[in-house]
Amino acid sequence: MPKVVFSGSGALRFTEGRTELEVAATSFRKLVRELDARFPGLGEQVEEGMAVAIDGVIYQDAYNAPLAEGSEIVLIPKIGGG
Amino acid sequence: MSKHHVTTTINGEAVEFLCETQETLLDVLRNTLNLTGSKEGCASGDCGACTVIMDGKMVCSCLVLGVEAEGSSVTTVEGIADGETLHPVQRKFLEHAALQCGFCTPGFIVATKALLDANPNPTEEEARYWLAGNLCRCTGYDKIIRAVMDAAAEMRGEARAA
Amino acid sequence: MNYIVPQSELKIVGTRPVRPDGVDKVTGRATFGADMTLPGMIWGKVKRSPHAHARIVSIDASKALALPGVKAVVTAADFPEIANEEAFVGEGPMNFRDLSRNCMARDKALYEGHAVAAVAATSQAIADEAIELIDVRYEVLPHVIDVEAAMAPGAPVLHEDMFTTGVEPKPAKPSNIAKRVSFTKGDVAAGFAEADVIVEGRYTTQPVHQAYIEPHACVAAVSADGQAQIYSSTQGQFMVRAYSAKVLGWEIANLRSYPMEIGGGFGGKTVVYLEPLALLLAQKSGRPVKMMMTREDVFRASGPTSGAVIEVKIGAKRDGAIVAAREVLKYQAGAFAGSPIGPGCMCGLALYDLPNVEVIGYDVVSNRPKVAAYRAPGAPITSFAIESALDELACKLNIDPLALREMNGARDGTKTHYGVTHKDIGFLSVLEAARSHPHYKAPLQPGQGRGIACGFWFNIGGESSGAVHVNEDGSVSVVSGNPDIGGSRASMAMMAAEVLGVPMDQVRPIVGDTASIGFSFLTGGSRVTFATGMAVTQAAEKVVDQLKTRAAQIWDIPVDAVEWKDGKAWPAGLNAGAFEPLSVAQIALKAGRTGGPIGSEVSLNAQGAGAGFGCHICDVEVDKETGHVKILRYTAIQDVGKAIHPAYVEGQIQGGAAQGIGWALNEEYIYDKNGKLENAGFLDYRVPVASDLPLIEAVMVEVPNPRHPFGVRGVGEVPIVPPMAAVANAVRSATGLRMEHLPISPPKLRAAVDAEAKAG
Repeated sequence: MPKVVFSGSGALRFTEGRTELEVAATSFRKLVRELDARFPGLGEQVEEGMAVAIDGVIYQDAYNAPLAEGSEIVLIPKIGGG
Repeated sequence: MSKHHVTTTINGEAVEFLCETQETLLDVLRNTLNLTGSKEGCASGDCGACTVIMDGKMVCSCLVLGVEAEGSSVTTVEGIADGETLHPVQRKFLEHAALQCGFCTPGFIVATKALLDANPNPTEEEARYWLAGNLCRCTGYDKIIRAVMDAAAEMRGEARAA
Repeated sequence: MNYIVPQSELKIVGTRPVRPDGVDKVTGRATFGADMTLPGMIWGKVKRSPHAHARIVSIDASKALALPGVKAVVTAADFPEIANEEAFVGEGPMNFRDLSRNCMARDKALYEGHAVAAVAATSQAIADEAIELIDVRYEVLPHVIDVEAAMAPGAPVLHEDMFTTGVEPKPAKPSNIAKRVSFTKGDVAAGFAEADVIVEGRYTTQPVHQAYIEPHACVAAVSADGQAQIYSSTQGQFMVRAYSAKVLGWEIANLRSYPMEIGGGFGGKTVVYLEPLALLLAQKSGRPVKMMMTREDVFRASGPTSGAVIEVKIGAKRDGAIVAAREVLKYQAGAFAGSPIGPGCMCGLALYDLPNVEVIGYDVVSNRPKVAAYRAPGAPITSFAIESALDELACKLNIDPLALREMNGARDGTKTHYGVTHKDIGFLSVLEAARSHPHYKAPLQPGQGRGIACGFWFNIGGESSGAVHVNEDGSVSVVSGNPDIGGSRASMAMMAAEVLGVPMDQVRPIVGDTASIGFSFLTGGSRVTFATGMAVTQAAEKVVDQLKTRAAQIWDIPVDAVEWKDGKAWPAGLNAGAFEPLSVAQIALKAGRTGGPIGSEVSLNAQGAGAGFGCHICDVEVDKETGHVKILRYTAIQDVGKAIHPAYVEGQIQGGAAQGIGWALNEEYIYDKNGKLENAGFLDYRVPVASDLPLIEAVMVEVPNPRHPFGVRGVGEVPIVPPMAAVANAVRSATGLRMEHLPISPPKLRAAVDAEAKAG
């Protein structure tokens, strides 16, 4: 199953101290829904203010990004730029 | 308040315009004569984006009043090329990629022409000090200086310098 | 398709043609924001608060409105009230209440220069006079400028409804701390316990302005049925459309936004200031309205980036292996929340493989203009502190500073403290290029010093559209939705020409307005050559497919019997038949008979932008008598993925380095005790001029990004990250003085020299 890593306070304040979680999801959208069901409010937080790194590649706004067995997913603050 | 009637020469053409006492030459060029190549970056003579050549001297047109142009001869960026043929300074700026956003470029082109008119064989240091009144925030000046030195060499009839 | 191939196999990408928009820019023909005029146009001006913090008691515009020539006045009362929440309009989350109140103060003026009213009049002189006639009554409130003073208990509070987020339990009282963020990895206390050597420092940076030479400018026109046009100098025409529509409560479809040539932005033109005001004035007056900021307005009321206080502690083993790092960052946001504290917390330590890390960041408001993005927002500030501290560590351990970075540098598979595992990065290649560069070994004279520092930026992708059309004569038009701020039209044309196999001058690129091309996120985050380049490349590939299909029809053979090579359709092998190759022009001539116009538009959301790394080497000479620091030699090395137009990539690197040198040595916002900015002009806010700098050598390392068809990584932001520490480290090398506070201006350096002399 894909593994989600919560590293920053942006996600950790929703996860009751958990820093890792395995989630049975095959796409990023399914993952967000699953996370929100587990930790109410986290889904919205991810949608509005976070980017996601899947196996080291950063995605912003990618519902259909595929997740593989053993994928590592990291939630980080969204990145803008100058 | 009545306007002043001014007769002058701009880019080799006789020009007449009316202006208020407080209007700068830059205001007149841009808003009255539609010569918008000269840019306003500061209106205080600090950035050089409005540089023109007036009676052979390089000036910030934001620091010259419109009425002061009476009887003078002014060259703006629009008057640097010879018709469709670019001036060597313009050509070298393009070849050396000496511009990014291009906003400061008209001022640099005019200031460089004035430099090379006054000193056809400047050292790099002389070029840097001559152009110190022209701000560029994009390029770090490296490619501008290379373009200036190369244009100078070409205009002196020497082989490509850089 | 993938074009990550040796340079010898590329015809156009990787060469240095004259940019397609160049001639207009050297002859003065290019039309920037303030160069636009419309028939019947009048002039708009803004009245600004003279106070740093004040309640607006009343605004009486009756005298101004009575002045002949005045056509309209607007204040906050003319704008809709917007709820305090983050909303989406396609450009990512934004608090539109804050945006609206930053464009026009409501209830309170929060910084000197905050807009409180705007007028439109038939001449600039009348508009200026009308501004003076607007009577605004203020109740002046206590103000706060400094970031730590703003955080202290009892500080004047800017927003009564600001309760720090990210802390448990939720604070009972409002404060100026908008949020607290943190990242942890490993056990930082245990890490420091293992360390043989620990360095600690408290670093400060000053807010600096993007200082684009072109002040903000726009022209707005609104017809009686509500359809409106806005022409402006911006990094995003779609951003202008969305933000203006939101602030005004208008429908997006009623607004058409035209990007003019933009005279620099560096992040500072990623928001709106004048556009909603100009649109409202145009609507009220029934006339097109032009607005331009003065240079003073630009300094007082737009940009800058955050100033900050950063505390750093780093522990290492005697051999240089870093075992723990702790960093606390306090970033100024200006008058509204939103400093780049998130990237600040991530970027400084992202370059290193560290087992134990704790980073805590604060986003703090004070009575300064709201910060805007500035090139790698957040990263240069944290990297000044981290890279200075690493230099201290190298000194203490007596290790070569480059070796310290080589030993601890991130590589593929390194897990950062924010959780992401690095992939396909080129940091070690950059360090290798630095070590082998002659500059690193060049001898120094007495009184001279050398510093190095490194930098990281994520780079981003995002939503982009690109269109490629084959014209009737076989020439090609490329349309993108991104303002060209540093030569991107050239790179779009080059990628399209490479895919099509045609000469560069057969391809003409333009930047489309919001009705001419699909939505595109703004020009920023070093994303355009990556993301929009991807869209243009895909559109060109679709055009090649169409050209092959049309050739197949002309020859009456199956399409898979046609191949595309050197800009022509060829029969694929002997079995396909004996035909003379068809050029784009020959196929275009028959487009009507073979199915209609040939062209394609691709809209996508590009993912997987490759991160960028840089290493800068700086030599200085310090005059201890005057405190003047002279930059003698500067080399900037960076992994650029693949340089599409190498001259403009070098230009990005050189320009970013020059801005960083200004940040290091001269630039700062200086306030008086009343909270008024004392240096709102280029005379006193001194950006580097030509005589301040040497030639800046840009060294491009190319480690391709596998997620872009040509291997592109963003390049524009990384180069502003290392310079502040590179300069400070060079100053330390020359003088033995650790300069922890920017800018390293003559008075500060003189004071440090004196203090050292006193300490004996």
